[in-house]
Amino acid sequence: MALDTAWAIDWVRRTAATIDEHRAELVTLDREIGDGDHGENLDRGFRAVLEAVDAGSFDTPGAVFKTVATKLISTVGGAAGPLFGTAYLKAAQAAGDASELDADTLVAVLTAARDGVVSRGKAAVGDKTMIDAWTPAVDAAATAAQAGESPERVLEAAADAAVAGAESTEPLVAHKGRASYLGERAVGHRDPGAQSTAYILRAAVDAA
Amino acid sequence: MTVGILVVSHSAAVATGTVELARQMAADVQLVAAGGTEDGGIGTSFEAITAGIEELADADAVVVLCDLGSAYLTTDTALDFLDDEVRARVHVSDAPIVEGTVAAAVAAQTGGDVDAVLTAAASAAASGSDASTASRPVDGDQSGPTSPVPDRRASGETAVPMGRGPVPVDGGGPADDVAASTTVELVNETGLHARPAADFVKTAAKYDAAVRVNGVDAKSLLGIMALALPKGATVTIEASGDDARDAVDALEALVRSGFGE
Repeated sequence: MALDTAWAIDWVRRTAATIDEHRAELVTLDREIGDGDHGENLDRGFRAVLEAVDAGSFDTPGAVFKTVATKLISTVGGAAGPLFGTAYLKAAQAAGDASELDADTLVAVLTAARDGVVSRGKAAVGDKTMIDAWTPAVDAAATAAQAGESPERVLEAAADAAVAGAESTEPLVAHKGRASYLGERAVGHRDPGAQSTAYILRAAVDAA
Repeated sequence: MTVGILVVSHSAAVATGTVELARQMAADVQLVAAGGTEDGGIGTSFEAITAGIEELADADAVVVLCDLGSAYLTTDTALDFLDDEVRARVHVSDAPIVEGTVAAAVAAQTGGDVDAVLTAAASAAASGSDASTASRPVDGDQSGPTSPVPDRRASGETAVPMGRGPVPVDGGGPADDVAASTTVELVNETGLHARPAADFVKTAAKYDAAVRVNGVDAKSLLGIMALALPKGATVTIEASGDDARDAVDALEALVRSGFGE
């Protein structure tokens, strides 16, 4: 299936479902090194997103992303709201009026989303944040697109890299966010934002 | 210029409590609380922050005080959605939320412009450079293994009683070119604390003269409160500048009056 508006809407549905399914796990991850609200906050956010998407009508993937952005920003309540909200907002701008995303546009969308998170949270790779999932995903997508892969394969490369990126946060000491207060005690725990990033990108693959 | 203050906390109780605390010393300043999520939970609300800035539309400038990381993220996101001319009026302080709000409110109450209010808030931080990162971990380099508050205490730069009071930004040395000075005993029950300290700062702020009390800036509420001077303590007031004599006389009269207690 092409990465069109129907795909974007299905991505939202699958994201809401996967966040709901993994809510307890994300809560546990966040309780270990943060404030424990990541799973609840994201679940509440994507429920609100799903309601808004079900109620609206959309002509482009970009229009869907924009609704996701504004709903997450206004409903999540924790850092994930502004961070994922900014990601989707920048993704919407990069997608523009395109009715479906080709491989190069997809790379531009993912890059813009990642850059939005960086500009909002000021984190770099290795800080034990969602950027540790986002940046490998963007790099893998760019490599796949340059190799002439289809949009679906580019997306899959991004999602696989995000999973590996989330795993890579386990041995790290956190330098941003609530986990940074814990110092060495954060070592051995996976960053919940990196994990939810991996789930969200996996949902995009499943929708394609 | 009027400066309004917006207090953004994860907790509605912290935001409203901080506003109440600051209002006690700054009754005329517009203070708005934006705490908690829409449904009353712990978190920060884009809508509440946006509404708070709107509520302060009459102020010439708005200073925002935040608590933990995502309070800054949500505030920054809310600012991105404002019109340019509104956004230009809004300034986010890195100061610790409670001490910073109180200091900012007193500065605003005494007629300070936005720079003076921001400087007052910053002076509430215990020790310059590490304090801003301690209160704002998202932008800071949090490499230490301990939480930021113990870090701040352990920095050894604060030489104030109880190890938890702030120090004024400009240190505690003697004033240059002292033109007038006096020594007077505190006769009121609470000493130079809370409301009396605020009255003292408000009086000092009426004069152009640089005024120091026991070596700290008499226009810095938190600097004075950190001295923790009780009833019976002796205070030395020194001033330099054109109206130094008037400033010292007014402050001496205020202290001798017992601050109306």
